[in-house]
Amino acid sequence: MIPCYIDMFYPEVGIATLELLEKLGADVDYPFDQTCCGQPMANSGAQAEAQATEELFVNNFAAYDYIVAPSGSCVHHIRNKFTAAADSPERRHVSARVRDLPEFLHDVLKVKDFPWAEFPHEVALHVSCSAIRGLGEQAMSERPNDPFFSKPRSLLEKVKGLTLADFSRPDECCGFGGTFAVTDEAVSASMGNDKLERLGRTGARYVISGDMSCLMHLQGCAHRNREDFRFLHLAQVLNGSAR
Amino acid sequence: MKPVDQVRNAQAFLEDQPHHEQAFDTLIWGLRERRDAAAREVPEWEDLRTLASRIKEHTLSHLADYLEQFEERATANGARVHWARDAHEHNQIVYDILTAHRAHTLVKSKSMLTEECQMRPFLETRGIQVTETDLGERIQQLDHQPPAHIVGPAFQKTAQDVAEEFHRVYGSDRGRADPVYLAHVMREHTRPLILAADAGMTGANFAVAQTGAVVTVTNEGNADLSGNVPGLRICSVGIEKIIPGLAELAVFIRLLARSATGERITQYTSHFAGPRAGGEMHVVLVDNGRTQRLADERFWPSLKCIRCAACLNTCPVYRRSGGLAYGATYMGPIGLITMPAADVRRFRELPFSSTLNGSCSNVCPVQINIHEQIYAWREVMDADGLFSVTKKAAMKTAGAVLSHPRAWRAVAEAGDAALRVLPHFAVYSRINAWGRHRDVPSTPKETFHQWYARNRGDARPPAQTPAQGEDPGHDRP
Repeated sequence: MIPCYIDMFYPEVGIATLELLEKLGADVDYPFDQTCCGQPMANSGAQAEAQATEELFVNNFAAYDYIVAPSGSCVHHIRNKFTAAADSPERRHVSARVRDLPEFLHDVLKVKDFPWAEFPHEVALHVSCSAIRGLGEQAMSERPNDPFFSKPRSLLEKVKGLTLADFSRPDECCGFGGTFAVTDEAVSASMGNDKLERLGRTGARYVISGDMSCLMHLQGCAHRNREDFRFLHLAQVLNGSAR
Repeated sequence: MKPVDQVRNAQAFLEDQPHHEQAFDTLIWGLRERRDAAAREVPEWEDLRTLASRIKEHTLSHLADYLEQFEERATANGARVHWARDAHEHNQIVYDILTAHRAHTLVKSKSMLTEECQMRPFLETRGIQVTETDLGERIQQLDHQPPAHIVGPAFQKTAQDVAEEFHRVYGSDRGRADPVYLAHVMREHTRPLILAADAGMTGANFAVAQTGAVVTVTNEGNADLSGNVPGLRICSVGIEKIIPGLAELAVFIRLLARSATGERITQYTSHFAGPRAGGEMHVVLVDNGRTQRLADERFWPSLKCIRCAACLNTCPVYRRSGGLAYGATYMGPIGLITMPAADVRRFRELPFSSTLNGSCSNVCPVQINIHEQIYAWREVMDADGLFSVTKKAAMKTAGAVLSHPRAWRAVAEAGDAALRVLPHFAVYSRINAWGRHRDVPSTPKETFHQWYARNRGDARPPAQTPAQGEDPGHDRP
């Protein structure tokens, strides 16, 4: 499943996701009639307006073993908040079988290494709130007694040459928040700029995330501030398409 | 009343007071960090949260029984218990007690409930002089401002702000912003008022059914002074503050200060169990919408709240908006889910001042599902017809486009870059809200869909695309 904004703005992320899954031996199909998961409407409270889009999603994806998307935010919606569509075995199947790309690689394929990938750079990894608190891909800073783990991080650690930079407040929200980015633009941009400042202090120039929507927002802030970060989706690095 | 515009208020805070915003964020995030450190010291922290949540669930589902037990014990201790259905009844009861004793001056410790009831203006217009004895609350009172934070009402002010205010009000040394000095100035001016007061008042952190005692938790000891110095003591208690007994109290005491400020315990944990010798003690139990909320399947868990403000401290939106931006007694995440319950029209925009990042629910010591309730409140606003016409229309358009593949392809592949910029949600907000502080992503030569059709699409023809210029919102297959 290719999220609408990746389809539109970041086709290279969709391509990297597809190629990576193919390299790993998955039988991948791209249902042609897909649009969006319905999150923009549902997150705004507009359940009725989300219904037809969610039902279209169910129709498009109910026949597959797994639905893999390079977007924690969409997966969080489909798995945990997919209530606008009428309840049906198909809807439940879709919610149960959807996986964020890092989850699919880490939990389902249990990938041991990415021999084709090399990234001789220091990178800052931004894991989205949806991936952390919605999908449990990483230990949460609010629960300091839980042992630390991070699925996206453990995947990146398998990439030759790549080093990870630690920064403060690692799991504070970047300020995107979907419609929030537009409705509350002043606070949203302030959060984005604060995040960039903390990332920037590490000296790393590459920011990598499993959520391109966070990066679209951060990239927008950085570009406006004329900061020279490069923003890449996890899939581009793991696929070896970014070096 | 006009809806509170948190967005505009927050923008003003950010843009007019960048120095305050930074200081506020740093101070409040520091509380969150101290909270984490305190929680790390308690290996059973998560179990403790679960236990606290269950105690609250149990108590709230047996509320009438515990309230009656409390009334019985408190009465046996020599206190008088009053029942107030709403804010007005509460204020009237307090006023009547004061009038019956010919009391004209009242000193009080911090109480969110009396803020909620707007008690101070009620009493002041009736000739009662009310003095706040909590340092932060007094700073706000002297500046004619409501609290900006549940635990630290004046957290939005810097020490320099307070120095300036005290210089203006009390004639303290100009520019002397040493907090110890400022606390002394306050003490010098407040102590005589406490000593001379006709009546004293406290709120309640807990009301213990087993003992009939009202329990307050403070660092300044001002609740003890306010409650014990004058002979007449009034305690205002929201009915959800009831807990069964002292064993349960111990659970909350372990959680409250750690969650709020990262301290293991506050300086004072005071049990007001009955009147002091020769005095009187009145307890006013206040509903003010609580039983109504308790009956609501979706929103009752917010009644578990123990007012620690951990959700405020962790909230990135709150820390950058300032507490006053919410125009509400309860601000930040807990305010987003409790204020609309009190007045859905006035606070209809509040549930949208969140990124739904979920951190608030994780820090909540009583496990309120705050971010899920924020999400649910958004649905209520739509269902109650409280969306603006433009927002509703934008949602309808987005829903129509995104549920029709051909219409969506037309939008995604339109040559007009403006249309490609987040078309489904940018349309209803202020012009170019994305672009005030951010650049838009550059548009690639082709979409993923087009790439796939070109490179892998041999099995199927690409979806048919309507002609350029056709309004996708009106495409009805």
